[in-house]
Amino acid sequence: MSDATSNQVLTTQDGKPLKAALARALRREKMRSLLLIAPLLIFVLITFVAPIFDMLFRSVENQIVSETIPRTVVALEEWDAETGEAPGEDVYNALLFDFIIAVENKRHTQLGTRLNYEQTGLSSMFRRTGRRVDDFGETYADQFIDLNEAWKEPVTWVTVMASPSWIEAQKAWASNPTGPEPAFELSPAALDVLPATSDLYGAFAQFVQVEENDSPTEEDPWTPIYKALYQDLSANPNAATAFSGEAATLVGQAAAAVPAFETVSVKELFIDADEDWGSAENWAVIKTFAPTYTSGYFLSAADAQLTPTGVEMKPDDEQIYLFLFYRTLLLSIIITISCLLLGYPIAFLLAALPLRYSNLLLILVLLPFWTSLLVRTSAWKVLLQQQGVINDVLVWTGLISDAGRLVMINNQTGTIIAMTHILLPFMILPLYSVMKTISPSYVRAAKSLGANDWTAFWRVYFPQSIPGIGAGAILVFILAIGYYITPELVGGTSGIFISNRIAFHISSSLNWGLAAALGTLLLVAVLLLFVAYDRIVGIDNVKLG
Amino acid sequence: MSALPPYASPLQRTWFYTFRILCGLIFFFLIFPIMVIVPLSFNAQDFFTFTPEMLAFDPAGYSLKHYDDFFTNPDWQQALRNSVMIAPAATILATVLGTLAAIGLSQSHVPYKSAIMAVLISPMIVPLIISAAGMYFFYSRIGLQGTYWGVVLAHAALGTPFVIITVTATLVGFDRSLVRAAANLGADPVTTFFKVQMPLIIPGVVSGALFAFITSFDEVVVVLFLGSASQQTLPWQMFTGLREQISPTILAVASLMVAISIVLLTVLELLRRRSERLRGLSPG
Repeated sequence: MSDATSNQVLTTQDGKPLKAALARALRREKMRSLLLIAPLLIFVLITFVAPIFDMLFRSVENQIVSETIPRTVVALEEWDAETGEAPGEDVYNALLFDFIIAVENKRHTQLGTRLNYEQTGLSSMFRRTGRRVDDFGETYADQFIDLNEAWKEPVTWVTVMASPSWIEAQKAWASNPTGPEPAFELSPAALDVLPATSDLYGAFAQFVQVEENDSPTEEDPWTPIYKALYQDLSANPNAATAFSGEAATLVGQAAAAVPAFETVSVKELFIDADEDWGSAENWAVIKTFAPTYTSGYFLSAADAQLTPTGVEMKPDDEQIYLFLFYRTLLLSIIITISCLLLGYPIAFLLAALPLRYSNLLLILVLLPFWTSLLVRTSAWKVLLQQQGVINDVLVWTGLISDAGRLVMINNQTGTIIAMTHILLPFMILPLYSVMKTISPSYVRAAKSLGANDWTAFWRVYFPQSIPGIGAGAILVFILAIGYYITPELVGGTSGIFISNRIAFHISSSLNWGLAAALGTLLLVAVLLLFVAYDRIVGIDNVKLG
Repeated sequence: MSALPPYASPLQRTWFYTFRILCGLIFFFLIFPIMVIVPLSFNAQDFFTFTPEMLAFDPAGYSLKHYDDFFTNPDWQQALRNSVMIAPAATILATVLGTLAAIGLSQSHVPYKSAIMAVLISPMIVPLIISAAGMYFFYSRIGLQGTYWGVVLAHAALGTPFVIITVTATLVGFDRSLVRAAANLGADPVTTFFKVQMPLIIPGVVSGALFAFITSFDEVVVVLFLGSASQQTLPWQMFTGLREQISPTILAVASLMVAISIVLLTVLELLRRRSERLRGLSPG
């Protein structure tokens, strides 16, 4: 018989093999359930998960330095911070070209702000220099123009720098301007023999076209471009051979005159604008934070800092975050314990009472649970203040004198009282649902075997309620360490949490990277706790109300 | 503990009453702060404590002026309008998407079920300040920061886990043979859903929707970061009021919100009873 059945393939009514038909049905069912889930999954991925990953990314991202001053970053690679001397002229040259582009695009202050997180004073250094940098090429510009008035004209520059095809296209466009001007193109000859000038002039042309919606044929070039031309012509005296026509004449004449030009040190110009540019320490900071990704924000979040010589702790008077993490943990533990001490008797009573009473009393727990967080916080703000109800009652009963009114708000006491009240239902509900399942016969059995009330409770009842304690305590703790609103409103300065610092860095100090790093650390802590919660309670057993 | 046996010793008797008093005090701690703001909101003075007139039940000590301020002040009215515009939109979005996903998740063969569940529940677990920070960064990138839809989408995302949990809970007791019976009798899946499945899970859907609504209606952290001045909601207005110039109008608003929570709580309780009755979990 076994032979007969194993050789005979079971089929459905329409002759398909049963196995295949079942597999198909299963696949269909899987597809259908996935199709039902997909809209929400995609929605949550975009509106929630992507933002969280964006935050994780921001906590290490540091593109601003290499994007704003790319030439300087490359030039700095050669420089060794150990020497204790400021870098050479070439770095300042690169900085000049980067700086003029950044200033025109109004990005240098952002970079200054970013670097100021690492070294105070850099922000004002960048801002002050930004106002002067356009004059740094003046010496060279004047000499080129003295040599030939034509160098003053934007058109001359276009003749030298632009590709012939662009000049054609631009002329055609100028006679009939519809749409935007054709995008500027550098001439191959200029790119070949005048690399620095091409680099900077290309940036200039793009800026004029894109940001100012104007034409390079009409805008005066930035003065550092003259400095770049001087540099290229000094390096390559035969540059004119690469050009033809009018451009060749102009470049040839300039190349011949350049060796006699009066020169200025760019380094001195920068140091003249702000003497901090001469400090090797500042350059070391720039070099340290040049990479695209940085651990700097995380180090700051742990009160450490990245120095050219390695990681070290910040001076004692600047350490705030480790203490704040410690305080957040400590206050959360105190709040969790207070919730447990207050919640356990209530849950015990609710579980012991007959259903019709316990349901009524449960409303007293659910009402605060359902009441707006801000309502409860404002209630505590009103009750706890010095002219508030509690102090009035205490004065009236004579427990304290009118002058000795208690300070219960804008400090840790305020945070602990208000948050214990707010989180208490989250402790009572899981405890209650566990205690409801504890059969009273165990306690009765213990008593009939001679245990007194306390022993019966402590040895028999309490161990069975531990899962509820675990669930409630972790839930309250998870909620507590991430709290923001209540500490902000009743915590003053001594009762605030790490969340308040995150909010401060997002909206006030605008140090988003540090906010993201602090947030990431907090998130990791919460996720670890949540894994513990999942082990104890199970994610599927989360119940509401 | 439910009742004292007649043979209880004096010590047991003392402890029994001490325990009851202790519980009474804790209940008082739970409910008193919420209840005390209601009489205080009728204070005729701009004080946050009971005036001698109020304690003497002198009608002159009471007034409706703080309520009057709430209903006439343009800031509060704008905040109310914003709340009423944002919360329902977020609720509808969260409920529709959440219910569909919960039905999908309740099928017997769902690949990667626990991973999907973890992602879908995550908005409830991640602390609000972190969600708010991430959303602020990301929504500024894509131009949703400071817009009505940015706030609605964020609130909907925060509300979906509650819908999933409540609807999944109702689906646990759902008898799948009813769906098969309907199909057997010739109903197509859509008809089956609306005629058979929906009426049975509607209590779960509605209580999920209420959770989603209250999540959005009470939410302040995310809206503080994501919203601009024109998305200022009631909780936001209360938050700034409490932080800067605390005015007794907040107590009037708070009392109104307590009234809303009592209504919500009642509706939820009725729904829970109906759901248990429908699923035959409890008699009557």
